[in-house]
Amino acid sequence: MSVKRDSLSLSFAVGVYGAAFGAASVAAHFSVLQTCAISLLTFSGASQFALVGVVGAGGGAFSAIATGALLGTRNGLYAVRLAPLLNVRGAKRIIAAHMTIDESTGIALAQANEKDARTGFWWTGFGVFIFWNLFTLLGALSAGLLKDPAAFGLDALVPAAFVGLVWPRLTNKKSIYLAALAFIFALALALFVPAGVPIIATSLLAILMGWKGPRA
Amino acid sequence: MEGSASMSIYWITALGTSAACFLFKYLGHCVPESWLAHPRVQRINLLIPVALLSALVAIQAFTDKTRIIVDHRMAGVSFAVAAFIAKLPFPVAVFGAAIVSALVYRFN
Repeated sequence: MSVKRDSLSLSFAVGVYGAAFGAASVAAHFSVLQTCAISLLTFSGASQFALVGVVGAGGGAFSAIATGALLGTRNGLYAVRLAPLLNVRGAKRIIAAHMTIDESTGIALAQANEKDARTGFWWTGFGVFIFWNLFTLLGALSAGLLKDPAAFGLDALVPAAFVGLVWPRLTNKKSIYLAALAFIFALALALFVPAGVPIIATSLLAILMGWKGPRA
Repeated sequence: MEGSASMSIYWITALGTSAACFLFKYLGHCVPESWLAHPRVQRINLLIPVALLSALVAIQAFTDKTRIIVDHRMAGVSFAVAAFIAKLPFPVAVFGAAIVSALVYRFN
C-alpha cells in the first residue's frame, strides 16, 4: 500500500517539472505539438532538456540528438538491472522499456521484496508519465502566451533545471571535480566550435575519469 | 516565419532523440545482465551525466552563440544554486530562478 502512495507522490512531484520543460521547449522555438511529442516519446527529463537546450542555443541536429542520446544511456543500464525483476516479454517489454527512467528505477530498487519492486516500478512509471505529459502541455501553453521569453526568465529556466539535475549527482570528490572541469572545458570550447559540440566533448572527460578505479 | 529547413530541425531532433532514448531503454531490457556489469562501465555511466549536465549549465547560462557573456541569466542560476544548497524543492528553485532572472532583465 505504501509503495503505491510513495509512487504517486513522487510521480506528482516529478511531473510538475514537466511544466518547466514545456516552457523551456517553447522558449527554444519548438511548437506546442512538438513539445508534447518530445515528452510523450522521449520521456526522459535530462535528455529532453538537453535537446531543447542545444537546439535553443543554435546547435545542429546531430549535436542535439547526440547529447540527448548520451544522457539517455543510463536508462539502458537501469533496464539491465530491472529486466530480471520485471521479467516481461513482447508488448509489455516495450511499455516497460518506455517507463524505464530515474524515478521508476529508484523506487523499484528501494523496495524490500520483488512484488513491491514491480508495483513501485509500474505505478511510478505510469504516474510520472501521466503527470509529466500533463504538466508539459500546461507549461508549453503558458509559455506560448509570452512574447519575450527573457522578460519572464525562461532563458534562465533551462540552466537552472540543469543545476537541479546535476546537483544530486555531486556525491563525491570525483564527481564535483568532473563537474567543475566540464563546466570550464565547455566554456573554453564554446569560443571555437558551434553550440552542442562542447557539450558532447565533455563526455570524453567522464570516460577518462571513469576509466581508472576509485584509487585514482 | 521560419523556412522549412529550419522548421524541420525541430521534428528531426524531437523524433531522433526519442528514437535513440527508446533504443537504449529497450536494448537494456534485452541484453543479459552480465554484459554491462563491468565496474568501468558502471563508473563511466555515473560520470557521463555529471559532465554533460555541468557543460549544459555553462553553455546555457554563460554563452551567446560563440561568446562568453554574463547577464541576467547568471542571477537566475545563482538563485537556483542557493536554493539547492538550501534544499528547496526543484520547482521552487527553477521557477524562482526564472523570476530572479526576469527581474534583473527588466531593471537592467
